[in-house]
Amino acid sequence: MAKSSKNIQPALKFNIKYAPAPESVSAASINEQYNLFINGKFEKPLSKKYFDTINPATEQKIASVAEAGTADVDKAVKAARAAYNGHWGKMPAKERAKYIFRIARMIQERAREFAIIESLDGGKPIRESRDIDIPLAANHFFYYAGWADKLNYAFPNRNVSPLGVAGQIIPWNFPLLMAAWKIAPALACGNTVVLKPAETTPLTALKLAELIQDCDLPPGVVNIITGAGETGAALVNHPDIDKIAFTGSTEVGKIIQRATANTHKKLTLELGGKAANIIFEDAPIDQAVEGIINGIYFNQGHVCCAGSRLFVQESVYKEVLQKLKDRIATLIVGNPLDKNTDVGAINSKQQLQTIQKYIAIGKKEGAEMFESSCALPNKGFFCRPTLFTNVAQSSRIAQEEIFGPVLAIQTFRTDDEVIEKANNTPYGLSAGVWTNKGSRIFNITTRLRAGVVWANTYNKFDPVSPFGGYKESGFGREGGLHGLNAYVK
Amino acid sequence: MTERIDVLKTYKLYIGGQFPRTESGRYYAVKNANGKLIANMCLASRKDFRDAVVAARSAFSGWSGKSAFNRSQILYRIAEMMESRRTQLIDELLLLGYKSVDANNEVSAAIDRMVYYAGWCDKYQQVFSSVNPVASPHFNFSVPEPTGVVAIVASQQSALIGLVSAIAPVIAGGNTCVVLAAEQLPLSAISFAEIIHSSDVPAGVVNILTGKVSELLKYFADHMDVNAVVTYQLTNQEMQLVKEKSALNVKRVVEYNAISWLDDTAQSPYFITDVQEIKTTWHPIETVAAGKSGY
Repeated sequence: MAKSSKNIQPALKFNIKYAPAPESVSAASINEQYNLFINGKFEKPLSKKYFDTINPATEQKIASVAEAGTADVDKAVKAARAAYNGHWGKMPAKERAKYIFRIARMIQERAREFAIIESLDGGKPIRESRDIDIPLAANHFFYYAGWADKLNYAFPNRNVSPLGVAGQIIPWNFPLLMAAWKIAPALACGNTVVLKPAETTPLTALKLAELIQDCDLPPGVVNIITGAGETGAALVNHPDIDKIAFTGSTEVGKIIQRATANTHKKLTLELGGKAANIIFEDAPIDQAVEGIINGIYFNQGHVCCAGSRLFVQESVYKEVLQKLKDRIATLIVGNPLDKNTDVGAINSKQQLQTIQKYIAIGKKEGAEMFESSCALPNKGFFCRPTLFTNVAQSSRIAQEEIFGPVLAIQTFRTDDEVIEKANNTPYGLSAGVWTNKGSRIFNITTRLRAGVVWANTYNKFDPVSPFGGYKESGFGREGGLHGLNAYVK
Repeated sequence: MTERIDVLKTYKLYIGGQFPRTESGRYYAVKNANGKLIANMCLASRKDFRDAVVAARSAFSGWSGKSAFNRSQILYRIAEMMESRRTQLIDELLLLGYKSVDANNEVSAAIDRMVYYAGWCDKYQQVFSSVNPVASPHFNFSVPEPTGVVAIVASQQSALIGLVSAIAPVIAGGNTCVVLAAEQLPLSAISFAEIIHSSDVPAGVVNILTGKVSELLKYFADHMDVNAVVTYQLTNQEMQLVKEKSALNVKRVVEYNAISWLDDTAQSPYFITDVQEIKTTWHPIETVAAGKSGY
């Protein structure tokens, strides 16, 4: 291992202070209270209940949001069914496409407002919501709009038809983007939907409801109902739903799979992950370090495909670790609305507690912790970018999904060893490989049991590219041509 | 009250993102059924065609290098612009003697056709590419790529929909083109050029000439920097000329005959792939350790 004697560059001295560059919230309009979007109108909940959604960076209330009860869910499903049996089901595909194109265009037009609200409600850095979440959401609608009248080309020798009414449940880590991933292909294939956003991040979905109203989409085609787990359960268990699409934890995914076991409902699940990010000794190290940072600290690590397990070849371990620590020290943690912020607020108090629990477990299990020395804001839910070394393969922080900015680092010597370790997990959503050698990339990618493999890059998403997992990371794909399959029969 | 006198429009060529008159200074008259002059059209020359090919070639690397997503957005923008100029497009068809209902239908169909191809920009690759499971340890894949500069002889029987249906699949696939419009129905072609001009389409991607098939056809077919010739509804004799001349630099010759323009059969991704090449790339897969032998 020739590189073991290589001089490691001294730690980067990085004392630049950034002046605050806060995004103005005046470009966004938010109501004090939101009702349920059913049959093209905002309706007061029959449950008469409301809950608060807060800004996780300040712990202040932003708005109160309706909590859909069983009767509200039923109303929404009925509206979706009526729309499916009525105008939407009979509309020529090319006209359906035009509505979806409208949604895409209008998201582009209102992108800044969406970005601000996404960061306010969910805690993610404005740089990410502005440059990643919102443009990708718009592009997703744009891409699937074009498929509406071309489905016969996507399914050779099959004459496909829509499923009917889709119930869709999405998580809080990419609220608008996940709504787009769910709604766009469903509509393109001719279904109608009832979507439930996560209870901590309902606002951009509700802004999407307003936008859909402004697009004159026929009533009932898209219904958006807010609430927590009980609302989701009512949706899953509703007898007149033809399809459930769920993105969230593996634990809840299994409950849903059981709940739909004896029904006609088709199911797709996009669940948790514990991705291996593998660094070979011939990798472009500086790029790889950026990839590791992006892999685990992007969106505070609230990413199902986060590169939360790092495998570094022994010969470059010291160098990678040092550079990683240096780079972590430069990450700016704080106000999500500041354009300089790299790591924003943890989405909720509950999630912060989960992350802290795992950090304690990691220490207790004998792993060595390193965290950024950055100061954290006094209010709000924040967590320093953290990594663990000396992590055993059996350690819980190497086995379980933490869903936070916590990286577990292990080393390896040979290809076979790292493949064995990387695949030794119940999950199989994604993985990363870093090497300068193309033939090795394909060797490794063919052997990794994961639905998405990034080579010399990480956390890349595109509407044309399918996404989804192997094993307990779920089944079905979202995005691309393959994403259509979840919404046709 | 004095009557207001209309300002008449000068119809020119569209080459390299500009609207020049023909370098030849020649014109031909387009008249309505009553023999009344509608417009003097530029009678494009061989030199105009050659200038247009130069413009198309220089635009090729930029246009084919854009992301498919970007091309999709731009084609959709063309459709938006067509919709906003709907009245103008209809009026010109009426001027040429269309019935009102036919004019309306043709413009609607032309806009929808552009939306249709906007959707294909980032999808035909997914339908027509393949990963090839070769027996040796290689990752082997084949993808369509645009053939280059395409010379199009548009349908001489259609004013707008024939032109739009000819151009859209060619540029959706990343090619650039030089189009000869319908000699006797040319107004919509130049108005369509104005739409292209205001739709974020880079200069030179679409070049539109008005003139005579009989004069320009041989140059379309024998120009050494044209990669493909696409023709609509030419006679057997004309096609023989095109095919013979095309052999000079092995042009792809794509010949379309009877087409019901308003029908869905006038659109398909095969109009895109007709002017695409297929590129196959081989990449080794390391077989050390327990590596699999291929994809």
